[in-house]
Amino acid sequence: MSTFDDPFDANRNLQSGCVCGQHRSALEHEQASLTLRCEPVESEEKRYEGVVASAVMRAMFPQDVARRAFLKSVGASTALAALSQFFPLKTATEVFAQAGAPEKKDLKVGFIPITCATPIIMAAPMGFYSKHGLNVEVVKTAGWAVVRDKTINKEYDAAHMLAPMPIAISLGLGANAVPFAVPAIENINGQGITLAMKHKDKRDPKDWKGMKFAIPFDYSMHNYLLRYYLAEHGIDPDTDVQLRSVPPPEMVANLRADNIDGFLAPDNICQRAIYDGVGFMHILSKEIWDGHPCCSFAASREFITTAPNSFAALTRAIVDATAYASKAENRKQIAEAIAPANYINAPVTVLEQVLTGTYADGLGGVKTDAKRVDFDPFPWQSFAVWMLTQMKRWGQIKGDVDYKAVAEQVYLATDTKKLMTEMGLSPPASAYKSFAVMGKNFDPAKPEDYVASFKIRKSS
Amino acid sequence: MTSSLRVRAGLVSIVLLAAFLGIWHLATRSTGATTTMSPEYAKLMGLTATQGKSAMPGPLDVGAKLWEHVRRPFYDNGPNDKGLGIQLGYSIARVGIGYLLAVLVAIPLGFLIGMSPLLSKALDPFIQVLKPISPLAWMPLALYTIKDSSVSAIFVIFICSIWPMLLNTVFGVASVRKEWINVARTLEVGTIRRAFTVILPAAAPTILTGMRISIGIAWLVIVAAEMLVGGTGIGYFVWNEWNNLSITNVIIAILLIGVVGMLLDQILARFTRMVTFPE
Repeated sequence: MSTFDDPFDANRNLQSGCVCGQHRSALEHEQASLTLRCEPVESEEKRYEGVVASAVMRAMFPQDVARRAFLKSVGASTALAALSQFFPLKTATEVFAQAGAPEKKDLKVGFIPITCATPIIMAAPMGFYSKHGLNVEVVKTAGWAVVRDKTINKEYDAAHMLAPMPIAISLGLGANAVPFAVPAIENINGQGITLAMKHKDKRDPKDWKGMKFAIPFDYSMHNYLLRYYLAEHGIDPDTDVQLRSVPPPEMVANLRADNIDGFLAPDNICQRAIYDGVGFMHILSKEIWDGHPCCSFAASREFITTAPNSFAALTRAIVDATAYASKAENRKQIAEAIAPANYINAPVTVLEQVLTGTYADGLGGVKTDAKRVDFDPFPWQSFAVWMLTQMKRWGQIKGDVDYKAVAEQVYLATDTKKLMTEMGLSPPASAYKSFAVMGKNFDPAKPEDYVASFKIRKSS
Repeated sequence: MTSSLRVRAGLVSIVLLAAFLGIWHLATRSTGATTTMSPEYAKLMGLTATQGKSAMPGPLDVGAKLWEHVRRPFYDNGPNDKGLGIQLGYSIARVGIGYLLAVLVAIPLGFLIGMSPLLSKALDPFIQVLKPISPLAWMPLALYTIKDSSVSAIFVIFICSIWPMLLNTVFGVASVRKEWINVARTLEVGTIRRAFTVILPAAAPTILTGMRISIGIAWLVIVAAEMLVGGTGIGYFVWNEWNNLSITNVIIAILLIGVVGMLLDQILARFTRMVTFPE
C-alpha cells in the first residue's frame, strides 16, 4: 500500500502498492512507467491529505476485509465524513505538511513598501506564512540602510533586500562583513526609468549630460542598470551626470520640486509619478535586460543554522507566494491585498497598473506589457556573478574577486532547488545561465573578460 | 479691562485663522480639467493629473480626514497601520522614558557639578562639545552599538534632553545667593540637609526652566528619530503617509505634533509656577 493511495476506495488494498503510490501494484506501476512517467497527484495538499487519511483508516481497520465491508455498506463520502468527525483530518494533514517543526514560529520580516516585495507582503494577508506553520509579522521599514542594520542586529529574522545587498553585506561593503544568504529572488523586471515632464522631447540618452538622476541605493540593481544604460549610450555615469541615492517615496516629491530630472526606481514609484502627472515612463527596465532580478529575500547565515526548519518553512512560504504571484490571473487580487496602509500604502489603481501590466505611460497612451513585472524565485548564481562584475566595474570592489565562490556562498541555488522539487515545482537544472543585457551577451564563466570589455568604467 | 483685552485678542485670533483657512482654500482649488485625455487613460491617472486638483490638499480635505481620525483613534490594522491615538501613545511613552532617565542623571550630576567649582571647570569642555550635537547624528552610532531600534530612539531622546537640564541645574545651584548658604553654614546645617533645604528650593525655578526646555527638545527629537527607525509612533506615521504622498495626513500629523508639544510644555510651565518664589 502506498501512502498516496485513495484510502476510501473499497477495491484498493491498503497493504501493498507501487513505489510512487499511484498504482495498485508494483507491476502496474512498471507498466505505467514504461508508457509514461508516473504522474504526481494534482496538489501537494491532496497528497498530504491522502497520506494522513490512509494512516487513520489503517489504524481503524487493520483488516482489509473489514474496511472494504465498511466502505461498501456506507459509501466512501459518508465514511470520510464520519471519520472526519472523530478525527480532525485537516489538522493532522497540516501538521504533516510541515516537514520539521519550526524552531521559532513567531518571526519578523522587514520590507520596504515597493511592489518588488509583493511575495513577502502578500504572504501575510493571503495566508502563505500561516499555511506553512509560521506566525510572521511583516514590518515596514524606512530605508535600505535601516533594513540592513535591523537584520544584522537580529531585530528581523529575515528581510526584503535589494538583490546586490546580501552580496555587499557578505563582502563587508558599506557594512561590517556578516555572511548573508539569498534563498529566493523576489521579482524580475518591474522597474523603470521615469523622466520629468519637461524632458518629454529628450528621449535620447546622449542628450542627458548634466542631468540629475535618483537611484534607491548604491548597492542596487537600479544603480547598475542605470549606469549600464547610460554607459551604453556613451554617457559616463560618474562624470557626465549626477546619481543620487534617494529613498523611493521622496523621488516623486523631488521630481515635482524639480530637484532631479529622472530616476530609475521600482514601478510603483514610477507609476505614482505618472499618476500624479509629474513624470512619464521613458523605458521599462525590462527593455535594458529582460528577466533581470531586482529584490531578494535574504537572511543571515546565523539564522539559517540556528533555525533551519523555520528558515525552510519561510522559504517555502515565499516560493509558494512567488509562484502564486507569477500567475497573471491572480494579480488584481494581490494588488488589492497589498495596497492598504498596513502594507504598501498606495492607491490600488497604481498597484494594479504595475501588477497587471496595463498602464498609463504619462504621455497620453495606454500600454500593455504582461511581463512588466514578473515573479520567479530561483536565485540564479549567474545573477550574482553579473552583479559582482558591475561592483568591480564601478569601483565598489577593489582588487580580485572570486566571483564563483561568492555567488555560490550567497545565492543558495542548491537549497532552493531542493525545496522547489519537494513542492512539486520544476527548478532549472543548472544554477548558471547566460543572458544578454542590451544585446550584449554575458558569459558567467568569464566574468573578468566581461568587466574588461567595457569602455566606460571607473579606472582603478 | 483684562477680560475685554482677552476677548479682543480672541477675536483677532479667530479672524487670523479664518483668513488663513480662506487663503489656503482658494490657493488649493482645482483648476478643472486641463488637457483632454481618452477616458481609458484618465481612469489610470490620479485626480491631480485629470482634474487639475492641486497636489496640496485644501482645508476641507484635511478637516474631513481629521474627523475620520478623531472618530477612530485607536484602531489596529496590524503592525504597520495603527490609529493616531496609539501612535501618539508610543511617541509619548518613548519621550517619557528617555526624558525621565535624563532627569535622573542630569539633576544629581548638575548638583554635584554646581557645588564643586573644580568639577564644573573640568567637565565644561565635554559638555560644551556634546551639547550642540544634532540628535540625528547620534542615531547611526546608537543603532550600531545598541543594536535595538526602539532603545536607540530612547537613547537619542536621553542624550539630547540631558544638556539643557544639566546646564540649568549647574547654573541654578552655582548661583544660589551666598548669604543664604552662609546663614545655613552659621547655623551648622549639614551638607546634605543644606542641599535639600536651601539649595534645592533656591535653584528649583532654574532647574524647572531647564526641564521645560528639555521636554520641548525631546518632543522635537522623537519625531525625527521615529521617521528614521520606523515601526511605531507619530514620526513613523508621518513617514508612512509621506510614502503614500498623502499630504493630508502629514498636515494632520503636524497639527497633532504641535498640540501635544504645547500640552507637554504647559504641564512643565505649571510645575515651574509652583516652585517660583518672590525674592
